[in-house]
Amino acid sequence: MTSCPVPTGRYAHVVLGHGSGGRLSQELLEQVFLPVFVGKTLAALEDHASLPSPAERGARLAFTTDSFVVNPLFFPGGDIGRLSICGTVNDLCMGGAIAHSLSAAFVLEEGLPLEDLRRIVASMAQTCREAGVEIVTGDTKVVERGKADGVFITTSGLGAVPAGRALSISNARVGDALLVSGPIGDHGIAILSVREGLDFETTLVSDCAPLASLTHAMLELGANIRCMRDPTRGGLSSVLHDIARQSKVGIWLDEASVPVRPEVRAASEMLGLDPLYIACEGRLVAVVAPEDAQRLLSAVRAHPLGQGAAIIGRVVADHPGLVRMRSRIGGERVVPLLSGEQLPRIC
Amino acid sequence: MRRLEPSESQRLAEHWADRIARITTRPWKIMEVCGGQTQAIVKFGIDQLLPPEIELLHGPGCPVCVTPLEMIDRAQAIARSPDVIFCSFGDMLRVPGSDGDLLGLKARGADIRVLYSPLDALTIARQNPERRVVFFAIGFETTAPANAMAIHQARERGLSNFSALCSHVLAPPAMLAILRDPEQRVQAFLGPGHVCSVMGLSEYEPIAAQFSMPIVVTGFEPLDLLEGLFLTVQHLEAGRSCVDNQYARVVRAQGNTASRALLARVFEVCDSKWRGIGVLPMSGLRLRDEYRAHDALHVFELGAVTTEEPAECISGSILRGLKKPTDCPAFGKRCTPESPLGATMVSSEGACAAYHAYGRAVPTARLTRGTQGLQA
Repeated sequence: MTSCPVPTGRYAHVVLGHGSGGRLSQELLEQVFLPVFVGKTLAALEDHASLPSPAERGARLAFTTDSFVVNPLFFPGGDIGRLSICGTVNDLCMGGAIAHSLSAAFVLEEGLPLEDLRRIVASMAQTCREAGVEIVTGDTKVVERGKADGVFITTSGLGAVPAGRALSISNARVGDALLVSGPIGDHGIAILSVREGLDFETTLVSDCAPLASLTHAMLELGANIRCMRDPTRGGLSSVLHDIARQSKVGIWLDEASVPVRPEVRAASEMLGLDPLYIACEGRLVAVVAPEDAQRLLSAVRAHPLGQGAAIIGRVVADHPGLVRMRSRIGGERVVPLLSGEQLPRIC
Repeated sequence: MRRLEPSESQRLAEHWADRIARITTRPWKIMEVCGGQTQAIVKFGIDQLLPPEIELLHGPGCPVCVTPLEMIDRAQAIARSPDVIFCSFGDMLRVPGSDGDLLGLKARGADIRVLYSPLDALTIARQNPERRVVFFAIGFETTAPANAMAIHQARERGLSNFSALCSHVLAPPAMLAILRDPEQRVQAFLGPGHVCSVMGLSEYEPIAAQFSMPIVVTGFEPLDLLEGLFLTVQHLEAGRSCVDNQYARVVRAQGNTASRALLARVFEVCDSKWRGIGVLPMSGLRLRDEYRAHDALHVFELGAVTTEEPAECISGSILRGLKKPTDCPAFGKRCTPESPLGATMVSSEGACAAYHAYGRAVPTARLTRGTQGLQA
């Protein structure tokens, strides 16, 4: 996947000249990006991408953007390239859009091994194929060593929302069920365990994945889905708080039903963190009408990206704007919104 | 060790709660010493499972909370020096000093790093010989051995650019101070499990005997706490004064003898100031003279630091179990985790911060079990 037929240029590392706009920039484009991003629109090398407008009457455009600054660049289950495609594609999918076109802007740090860049770009191309999207325009800048952390990537994405589809986090209604598509916290713990040098008996792998095929299957089912969200930064807790606040409802969560892998729970305890706040990159939360909940759950579980799905709670009329949880031993409490960064506890 | 399935945890929790309810004949006030225990009690709602006769009082054992404000100010003064790499456990970074917190200082350019082990600070010191590396060594007897090990190794290896800013406190003197207060209400303690894993049980025997009460050394998992409470109530109901050990899978009667020997070698016991409580005699640890070269209080010229705590804050009474966070008129209004007035709101393990985070601003009713299921 990462082998490249094009000969390496004069440099094995990114140099400032790669961002000059001159011959070295040209080489970078031709030797690193164009061989793997093979879409016709990009290959035309215009200053912009020119795309057809949605033909369907009542259809709408969905547009989103996201920046990726992960450290380390490569981690079990993914890398910054895969992440940069998944993040933007998933944000489009959560709105019920069919994602089709992405832009990718790179900020490269002087000294980044070109081989690393090639691996990242190949991973982006592979993830685009999985998600059924194409990179149609892009940009590259180089900054001096020390002014960035290897590579930063910003992707923006366009998708089409079919007529009549209106998902919104303001739509949750009392009685609705909450579904999560799989175990939470895998991505955050995979990153942290690499960063902190923690070894477990099994390797923790990020859940990083484009959810386009899963959301497609869910929406095709015809279930009454009010909204979907991917629990990335801030984790499950932040998504539930967003729903409670925007829909002016209470959220009631059953801790025992929230899927968490034993190794993620163990690592969280060691690191002094709570899985409810740890990022996922290939999971979604859906709010669904109660009568459709079981049918949707079965459909999600039948999909390769939703095998660990579970119903984890429901929307209630009590305590609007608040998330409350029954703990795994039967006590009850508020699930607070994360204030600032989650910091490890002392003991 | 096997991890329990959630359904199993709940069944066992109900089993212990039922057993506690069956043996309880009158009101008992039990204090959990450790902040980690307080956090677990509020986080899992353990108090809601208990019969109404049992009142839990939250103790002084949150090391972040009781670290004096002067120490936070000293830490910041050190971290401001351009040649310093300041290393700390994560939850000290958000504790406000007189002028902001360490996170703010980091954002303004100070080199401040979060570590999980003080030994990592030695590695940083070795890799950066031109910089001075300071570790903020705080905590109870639990964290002291690893900090002692780092300081001892720094001396053995001649790492002259490593020092520790020590603010260690000891659990038994704080328990004694609480019991000697004429207003005190504690009838039994859940002893601090991790402190005892280092120090053993012997220090607690005279306290139990002198004040005629049970002390049950207890762990931190919800089921540990429920079992510890069951044992405590059993002893209280039988009128027994004793030291019992619920956490025997971790705590041995003699503690960890290697750790205790290392502590005795590196530290000596001294009077120490506790945030919210004041100075308690022989309640802290300071570095012995032979480790002076690695004592940040000697390495850095810090001058006199004086601080004032807001008069409105009742954290002293909360740390002694005399009051609950909800007794404070400032709780959740003028005092929040984002802008705390005092000790018990500054760390997630402080009683006020735990009450605030988990929605105890209004006292919650005890639950009727089995009514909140998903299919209800």
